[in-house]
Amino acid sequence: MSKGEIVLGCLAPHPPHLVYADNPPQNQPISEGGWETLRWGYAKLARKLKEIDYDVIVLLTPHWQTYIGTHFLGCEKFKSLSVDPVFPNLFRYNYDLEVDVALSEAMCDAASKAGIVTQMMRNPDFRVDYGTITSCHLLNPEWDKPIVCISSNRSRHYYSVEVMNEQAAALGTACRKAIENSGKRVVMVASHSLSHRHFTEEAPLPEDMSREHIYNHSQYVWDMKMVDLMRNGEMKQVFDLMPEFTEQTMAETEGGGLSWMMTAMGFPDYPAEIYGYQSVIGTGNVIAAWDPDANTREVVL
Amino acid sequence: MSVLFGLYVPPHPHPLLAPNQNEGWGQLRDAYDTARKRIEDSDADIILVYSTTWPSIIGHQIQAHPEPKWVHVDDDFHFLGSMPYEFRMDSEFAESYRDTCEARGLVARTIAYDGFPIDTGSVVALKLLNPDNRIPACIVSSNMYANRAETIVLGKAAQDALAEQGKKAVVVVVSSMSNRMFTKHIEAHEDRIHSQKDEEWNQKILEFFADGRLEDISQLSREIHGQIRVQKVVAYKPAWWMAAVMGQHNNYHGEVLAYAALHGSGGAVIQLTPTADSVGDKEFDEDDVDVYRGDRNVLVTGARDIDAAAGVKEDDTTAKKGSGKSKNRPKVSSRPSENVIHTSDAPTPVGAYPHARKVGDLLYLSGVGPRQPDTDEIPGGPIEDKKGKPRDYDIKAQTKACIENVRTILEASGSSLDDVLDVTAFLVDMKRDFKGYNKIYADYFEPIQATRTTLAVSALPTPIAVELKVIARAH
Repeated sequence: MSKGEIVLGCLAPHPPHLVYADNPPQNQPISEGGWETLRWGYAKLARKLKEIDYDVIVLLTPHWQTYIGTHFLGCEKFKSLSVDPVFPNLFRYNYDLEVDVALSEAMCDAASKAGIVTQMMRNPDFRVDYGTITSCHLLNPEWDKPIVCISSNRSRHYYSVEVMNEQAAALGTACRKAIENSGKRVVMVASHSLSHRHFTEEAPLPEDMSREHIYNHSQYVWDMKMVDLMRNGEMKQVFDLMPEFTEQTMAETEGGGLSWMMTAMGFPDYPAEIYGYQSVIGTGNVIAAWDPDANTREVVL
Repeated sequence: MSVLFGLYVPPHPHPLLAPNQNEGWGQLRDAYDTARKRIEDSDADIILVYSTTWPSIIGHQIQAHPEPKWVHVDDDFHFLGSMPYEFRMDSEFAESYRDTCEARGLVARTIAYDGFPIDTGSVVALKLLNPDNRIPACIVSSNMYANRAETIVLGKAAQDALAEQGKKAVVVVVSSMSNRMFTKHIEAHEDRIHSQKDEEWNQKILEFFADGRLEDISQLSREIHGQIRVQKVVAYKPAWWMAAVMGQHNNYHGEVLAYAALHGSGGAVIQLTPTADSVGDKEFDEDDVDVYRGDRNVLVTGARDIDAAAGVKEDDTTAKKGSGKSKNRPKVSSRPSENVIHTSDAPTPVGAYPHARKVGDLLYLSGVGPRQPDTDEIPGGPIEDKKGKPRDYDIKAQTKACIENVRTILEASGSSLDDVLDVTAFLVDMKRDFKGYNKIYADYFEPIQATRTTLAVSALPTPIAVELKVIARAH
């Protein structure tokens, strides 16, 4: 068996607005569109994924929040209706997905051996969170690859963002080992936005783009600082800045997704592919990918 | 009495799914059962739930699906089992609650979607307190950005809706006390409160509850959050809501039915029943608030609150719009989508209504009395004392104060006294007061020549002699 590897890392935000705006048959609400900059970026990244030979998507989600360690989906199939608890008017999505349970268990074991509190989630009634569904749908609308879904441990709520960062890094290292031992080719996904201060009101027509803007200038400046570091291949610096960024922008990075993925990928020192940046109900969202293969890596934006 | 009693219950699924695995979990289950029986023995029309495990972002969400149904699984405690549920909700009350929230300046919306994920805390509470759906329920979310003022107004809006619907409620708050859980797996028999500090604070809060001191707990909420709540963006707010909906006082009979650890956090089932003779006294260290005037209008770029928040002075805004009026215009909270106007410079409404509402080119004012906005004092004196005994009063002073309040509201709405088109006046003693009222009225309105109707009524909601209802031109 050849050594497994991470063939692509994706920062894939999950605003349900994008699925709503896309009007896929799985989603019940119907829209007039909106947030095209992000949706076009996602479409381009999804086309790239079609060109890549990979076996499984491994995703860490901030919307499966666990306080007792890190949990992994542990049933082969999940089929249900996902309704966003915050935007149920936009996202009521019928999903039917497969889990790579073997890889999931391997990651769980590796993390446990590294001293991380872990648990497999074996309850078949469990409803997969809307963030996972959204990122997976936008990256792979055909749903023709199995996934591994990892919860975000909320250590940041109990200790500090520094502890969160270190714990996410430890998880990333363990997951990388499990991937290498599995022989599988993996696309890693950190499913979250950057700055994450929401509006607390919604426009009468949610897709009214005349109402859409970043929550405040400070959030934007922080987002652009992070995007510039990504473009310049300075992901170790992004990791080091993560605690401050998370606190300053109420960012979803508090779930540890980007730190987890960057650690697993060895802190890329090559430029990220930037597929788009746009606000969604005030939050800052960038779609980015890290391609370890210099031959297929491209400057998108 | 619109609230029969209140219950404070824990959100964790252990008393529902694993009561036999730990003595404390079993005690909490027994306490839940006791509370269930008391609800069954009451003549409650509705169970009104505020759940801290239902966070919202877009304002306040209110469950309005008449029969929500699902099989729920907790994110952390999925290994304890599934929680199938079928509930009965009071959709009519939910709609009313949304309306009363909006009337007090809150953003609120009802939720009625098949498969909507009802939170663990609500599922546990309703399955244990109302297993046969004997009484319809209503659940309201806990907005993650909301702080004290917003949460208190949310509670008062619930009170408005209960009064409007004429319903008697059992109020249920779903919340832990200390909420630091163990971050490792533990065996059921190992469960205990996470730390001695959390235990001591929980005991202190339980003592307050047992003494019926709900308002004191409400006033202590920020301190409680700092001491025994994990670091999150949300504040400890259940006591704010519970106190606001139950009357903001300390006159309750408190009973702690059970207290136990739930994976390290503090879980308690507590009943508070309104009574006339509990601790009584209370100390306010923060202002009370009736209408929310927060930062929620961030999408409305033309709103005055936004201009102010961005550092643009009121007068600058006025100048830009070219009206040139109302140089000293009071700060208003205006919801342009609904054209509803509240102003802190006019008397606080005594019900769920705004000071004014703009429709097309017209402004409709709610009835305006002479009460003073800051003190509720009645110029010229009230018409009766606190025991209801009639007393002498000055109708001229009351009439003048009425008209000045009308002026304040009109100017807060961008209009003026000169724009009044029609006045309906209500007098409680036509024979005694018409002459004095008519004299003051003429001083103000003779040059304006608004149409007028004067009616005699048997009473007004507060001890005042005169009230004016006004329609004016809007600008």
